[in-house]
Amino acid sequence: MRKSLFYGLLFTAPAILGFVIFTLGPMIASLVLSFTDYSVFKDHTSFIGLDNYIRMFSGADDYFYPSLGATFYFVVLRVPAVIILSFLIALLLNMNVKGRAFFRTVVYLPSIVPAVASAMIWMWLLNPDLGLVNTMLQAVGLPGSLWLYGESSVVPAVVLTSLWGIGGTVIIFLAGLSGIPRQYYEAIDVDGGGWFSKLRHITIPLVSPTIFFNAIMTLIGSIQVFNEAYILTQGGPNNKSLFYVFYLWRTGFRDTEMGYASALAWVLFLIILFFTFFVFRTSKSWVYYEGEGRS
Amino acid sequence: MRSSRLSLTFGYIMLALITVLFIGPFLWLIRSSLMDLSQIFTMPPEWIPRPVRWDNFSRAMTVLPFGTYFVNTLVITAAVMVGTVLSSSVAAFGFSRVEWQGRNIVFAILMSAMMLPGAVTLIPSFLGWQALGFYDTFYPLIVPAYFGGGIFNIFLLRQFYLTIPRDFDEAAFVDGASYFRIYRSIIFPLSRSAIIVVALFCFLASWNDFMGPLIYLKSENLFTLALGLQMFQGTYTAQWDLLMAASAVVVLPCVVVFLVGQKYFLEGITLTGLKG
Repeated sequence: MRKSLFYGLLFTAPAILGFVIFTLGPMIASLVLSFTDYSVFKDHTSFIGLDNYIRMFSGADDYFYPSLGATFYFVVLRVPAVIILSFLIALLLNMNVKGRAFFRTVVYLPSIVPAVASAMIWMWLLNPDLGLVNTMLQAVGLPGSLWLYGESSVVPAVVLTSLWGIGGTVIIFLAGLSGIPRQYYEAIDVDGGGWFSKLRHITIPLVSPTIFFNAIMTLIGSIQVFNEAYILTQGGPNNKSLFYVFYLWRTGFRDTEMGYASALAWVLFLIILFFTFFVFRTSKSWVYYEGEGRS
Repeated sequence: MRSSRLSLTFGYIMLALITVLFIGPFLWLIRSSLMDLSQIFTMPPEWIPRPVRWDNFSRAMTVLPFGTYFVNTLVITAAVMVGTVLSSSVAAFGFSRVEWQGRNIVFAILMSAMMLPGAVTLIPSFLGWQALGFYDTFYPLIVPAYFGGGIFNIFLLRQFYLTIPRDFDEAAFVDGASYFRIYRSIIFPLSRSAIIVVALFCFLASWNDFMGPLIYLKSENLFTLALGLQMFQGTYTAQWDLLMAASAVVVLPCVVVFLVGQKYFLEGITLTGLKG
């Protein structure tokens, strides 16, 4: 193949330009903004050094820690729930059942529903007085819940609504599972092991790269939860679902404190970077790559 | 995996349960969208609308200009799809079929943008578009698609291009074809299924986008379906018949597109997941 720097750059120029204009440039700009008190309503913008960051961490901002807490709670509930449930569903779909294509469609379909529409459906299903979920719970003698309207139930309720859309994760797991050679399981059959030892010694190690990929993507996505807070709860009740990106949006666009919101954005960036790095570091001990062995 | 009869039975029971849980909300949506407001609230809940209120749809469509929202969403989505397919396939070509110094480093740098939370670039991007006078227009939602079309799509297409044998390009070179010719006559046509995957994902992402229109659009006559539906909800809080009819209208195109392009969707997710 001949080399051509000219053509290489020509074909990739739009993408490189896009990266500079829409990613790198704004990133640097937001870092600069985060050291200012920029606001649409102010005539004068000045550099205030680290004041925005101090305001955040010193507790002068009444919402920063609650929003971190709400987001953390959401992530801690949602990531394991998504990974475990979609893995289990993928295991079921990977069995030798009839109508696999049908079940696969059923599981994937909800994940394409627009967030706003999905939110409407769930608001109605989880309506405390007239919704289907409470009605059914009461019919079997269980207490209902305030769901999105209760301080302690709002975050679990949002997690619940988001679990409707785990289809994409299930399909990725399914792809990982179908890549496991049959002979491995037959070896366990010969040794006389049951389904649990198959799961423990073959399935989980061999799909661990997929688990890792899904965990990272779910983690990054969950930290940035926005639509649910905006549409379902507006951060309430009592700021219990004041998710970080929603709070950032509110600060920057409703309260127009864009300097401070940029500082919030950079802290978010560092948090995501930290968690991703952390998961990557731990992955060495539990992710198995074929041909490399466990390192 | 070979399964015993007992575990198969268990599997069917669980799958049936999952089907009820995943499809139930759709049925609730359809049932509510076709019901009288009085029947909606009956206890215990009824599932069959009597009478069937088709006019919920026409009422929902007239209280807010959903026709306009529909057209707006369609215009934005179509423009984004064209831009994404063109620019991501061109870039993927440059990152896989043209050999040049620094190619992999540049690609890795672009890939790093995938880890970047959108919130970090949100405010400066907004200020930039506003300074250019494009606040409250479709441009901020459309133009970025023409500059790379998202690194994820470039990545996906590049993975696909790398599976096409090099000999094709070499043979074309010998015949005197240019890079553009190779892209247009060989690589693009051969990667049709991957291009469709990108186009379909792009359709869903753009159709479902909420934050973008929320931030950049102010005039109600420019609103998209997602924004319109959200506003509708704020105005008609307890009108579940109309809300569900409006939601059904927003959901339907996605379901149709998915069912038609199902094969490509599942392939596409598999492709990205495995290589990720």
